[in-house]
Amino acid sequence: MAEIAKEYRTVTEIVGPLMIVEGVKGITYGELADVKLSNGSVRRGRVLEVSGDRAVIQVFEGTSGLSPQDVKVRFLARGMELAVSMDMLGRVFDGFGRPIDDGPAIIPEKYLNVNGSPINPFARDYPNEFIQTGISTIDLLNTLVRGQKLPLFSGAGLPHSRLAVQIARQAKVLKTGEKFAVVFAAMGITFEEAEFFIDDFRKTGAIERSVVFVNLADDPPIERIALPRMALTTAEYLAFEKDMHVLVIMTDITNYCEALREISAARREVPGRRGYPGYLYTDLSTIYERAGRIKGKKGSITQIPVLTMPEDDKTHPIPDLTGYITEGQIIINRALHTKGIYPPVDVLPSLSRLKDKGIGEGKTREDHADLMNQLYSAYARGKNAKELAVVLGESALSETDILFVKFADEFEDKFVRQGENENRSIEESMRIGWELLSMLPRGELKRIREKFLDKYLPK
Amino acid sequence: MNEIKGEVIKVSGPLVVARGLKGARMYEMVRVGEGKLFGEIIEIKGDSYSIQVYEETEGIGPGQPVWRTGEPLSVELGPGLIKSIYDGVQRPLDKLSYEFGEYIVRGAEKPALDRSIVWQFNPSVKTGDRVEPGDIIGSVRESNLVVHKIMIPPNLSGIVKKIEPIRGNVDEVVAIIEGADGKDHPITMVQRWPVREPRPVKKKIMPVEPMFTGQRVIDMFFPITKGGTACVPGPFGSGKTVVQHQLAKWADAQIVVYVGCGERGNEMTDVLMEFPHLKDPASGEPLMERTVLVANTSNMPVAAREASVFTGIAIAEYYRDMGYSVALMADSTSRWAEAMREISGRLEEMPGEEGYPAYLGSRIASFYERAGSVICLGSDERKGAITVIGAVSPPGGDLSEPVVQATLRVVKVFWGLDDKLAFSRHFPAINWLTSYSLYQDVVDEYADKVFNGEWSKYRKTAMEILQREAELEELVRLVGIDALPHEDRLLLQAAKMIREDFLHQNAFDDIDTYTSPEKQFRLLKLILIYYERIKKAFKDGATLVALTKLDVLEDIAKAKFIPEDHLKQFDTIEKKIESSIVPLTW
Repeated sequence: MAEIAKEYRTVTEIVGPLMIVEGVKGITYGELADVKLSNGSVRRGRVLEVSGDRAVIQVFEGTSGLSPQDVKVRFLARGMELAVSMDMLGRVFDGFGRPIDDGPAIIPEKYLNVNGSPINPFARDYPNEFIQTGISTIDLLNTLVRGQKLPLFSGAGLPHSRLAVQIARQAKVLKTGEKFAVVFAAMGITFEEAEFFIDDFRKTGAIERSVVFVNLADDPPIERIALPRMALTTAEYLAFEKDMHVLVIMTDITNYCEALREISAARREVPGRRGYPGYLYTDLSTIYERAGRIKGKKGSITQIPVLTMPEDDKTHPIPDLTGYITEGQIIINRALHTKGIYPPVDVLPSLSRLKDKGIGEGKTREDHADLMNQLYSAYARGKNAKELAVVLGESALSETDILFVKFADEFEDKFVRQGENENRSIEESMRIGWELLSMLPRGELKRIREKFLDKYLPK
Repeated sequence: MNEIKGEVIKVSGPLVVARGLKGARMYEMVRVGEGKLFGEIIEIKGDSYSIQVYEETEGIGPGQPVWRTGEPLSVELGPGLIKSIYDGVQRPLDKLSYEFGEYIVRGAEKPALDRSIVWQFNPSVKTGDRVEPGDIIGSVRESNLVVHKIMIPPNLSGIVKKIEPIRGNVDEVVAIIEGADGKDHPITMVQRWPVREPRPVKKKIMPVEPMFTGQRVIDMFFPITKGGTACVPGPFGSGKTVVQHQLAKWADAQIVVYVGCGERGNEMTDVLMEFPHLKDPASGEPLMERTVLVANTSNMPVAAREASVFTGIAIAEYYRDMGYSVALMADSTSRWAEAMREISGRLEEMPGEEGYPAYLGSRIASFYERAGSVICLGSDERKGAITVIGAVSPPGGDLSEPVVQATLRVVKVFWGLDDKLAFSRHFPAINWLTSYSLYQDVVDEYADKVFNGEWSKYRKTAMEILQREAELEELVRLVGIDALPHEDRLLLQAAKMIREDFLHQNAFDDIDTYTSPEKQFRLLKLILIYYERIKKAFKDGATLVALTKLDVLEDIAKAKFIPEDHLKQFDTIEKKIESSIVPLTW
């Protein structure tokens, strides 16, 4: 016989988003609670700590307007769950998975705990299927593969959203007959940004295969903590139970981390770097590591988290810890953006760790790796020479170096730059790459094997 | 399980406080809540026991039971370790996935050693023999590469009362020892050992034998010894993990223990999928045949991450005790330190630097000091060694942060990874100007014997060239390359060749991925011979342009791709250097 859930009126303290209830019994860590106000409205909370008969509750919608005297707390004896079903496709939800698009309620197929469980590393399948995004700087140089987590590191005012949308629109694998879905998680972004995404999904019809979770900048920050978990639970359901290939776009991780810091500060925890909690790494990993493939399952989860680096500083804890968990990063560069180059992908510090497994014969083309390395090193050399020329004047450069400088400029103009609706095939990207290399003396192309030079280098 | 039962009074993330665990000791394992989650006691105050729980604690609350196990966190040691993949508290991940599915389920438990495998035990002592702690009494063929020695546990000595060849699983009694106490002690193929306690040895000795890794920048310039310690710090994207994987693949150790501590799940999958296909250069057997994996990825519980490096090193020590040379890679120790910080924060301990606990330094030291070259327990005075290589992931690549600093105080080799090198795709991105190895002298002594005293000579010359290049580069930045005297430009040419044709090594190329010491020596010698000759030719009137545009440069650049069984080709190239330079001075 289930006990009738008790209501407590024993709230003693309210600090920031946290509320302390005393005299509770039988409460467990992570349990959900309903917080009822005297005006009849209900907010949702979660137990963050329980000590004897004292529970610390984090109130998701925030504590503004709450008074210890007039709230009642009811514990729900279950963790945070999400009702999932295939009907979620094409719908828009808030941070708790409640529809906000005026559509009907979702009839759940099942309830899933949103925290998920770690995937057993033994059960993982290695991501090695090339995803063509139609963007040269990604496809050829920082190849994305299915099951990877590859973030965009950006800054305020840069066109990361446009790039993310372009990827969502164009991404495909070179095989046919697969089912795709996009899960979009908006955390603390503005109404305009969110509209931009949703609008684009609508225009291109992508909305039909998308599930959108939105928490706007003026929504309670605490909801932001729950939102990515809701989104990823949905993704796992679609990928591993419904055999779909799911692309998860999460923006903006920085807002998520700020919310985490807010709660940590309210709990008076010992802060780590820059006031972020010491467990920021672990917390982020429980989000990012939910990307991947599982042996024996058809579907996959590929993540593209977007984060804006405060002051474009890559060593800030958020990009730093992210970079240590994700499998590479695509860096959006302000200088390129100012020059009017779209997409302003800074090729040199960008990296896809899984590229080697997704490229080459049978996946893209045999010369992919050599071409990639050569483009990198030639561009790096051109950039270096350019810096030198700034100090010493162009006359100080050797003849070859002048060629490399020219190469670097052309590379940015022809290879990096492309239209927002330009969907380049991998062959097209490679063709441009080879053409650019033909500017340089063949003897300088040391990273490419002879046989490929013979075969592909334009005469 | 012990019948003493307490109850939970507080839950805060992975930290649970319980009372009523009478007699429990520090670091004793307990099982928490109805789900029987694994936990370890890390603080005792009166009747209040703080427990770090190795699994997600959702659903645990005050009033739920806590059981004592009476034993500290221990590993099971015996045949079957090789080729296994464990989590941080030695649960076999492969078995868990067969039984519980693709996610790690809480409270799931399987024995670390597979009881269904039948081993053939062959004794090497006979009835009536006297045995001491650590003595080998027999062996089991564990894998194609490893003969597993069954040893007398560290605290037992006596007379062999019964021993015979036997087939059975690890729990089979293989011998009976009549102890000094007059009692009979059955010996099975399994030992249990508390992970936080170093296994005893007879004595530690200085590590003098190099551990070649097949990585040119390491073996030639910053070598490590069997029994040595090294750290690989670097910002993300600089290639720490690739360096660690390369060492796990090619280091000439007999056993490799790879601890993936708080890192990416896909990386462990990579190891799992790749190692069975890679062949050990010495034996031709798959590398997996000598490898034990401990994988506690970043999203797995943080407390188990803290334990994972100890689990790894306890396994390493066990194989060392058999007389093997073991290499342990921990990737990354920063994640381990962060796990400590997280637990320490929950315990509300007074934080030291950057929120890390004040005991960070001593904890790191206690880990690295378990490395070393030793005389093992046992009457045969056999030698064993553990080499420890720890990756460090400093925030923002900042080497002044506490984990790097605490590590540098105890390790002897420093391979500093440099993101600038990584950006220009120079791999391994080990910076040759900042890295160091305190084993250089002993390795020189060893290698000079093999290479007629020339190993250290060439290395020193090459290093001087690289250092001079760094100075000249400053100058070039100020005045331009044309302002340099031609002698210096020859040196820059040589330096560039050392960088590109020697130091640069492609981990993903079938041949380049591993270079034997012999080939390393020939390769460096080739470049330095060239430099010697052009210097001389220049004095004799050859021009700079002619000397730096020789055909043979192409041959030198491709020399690293010469297969190990075709080293004769180096002679040909050496001859070609001579023959193409001589005409220039006429």
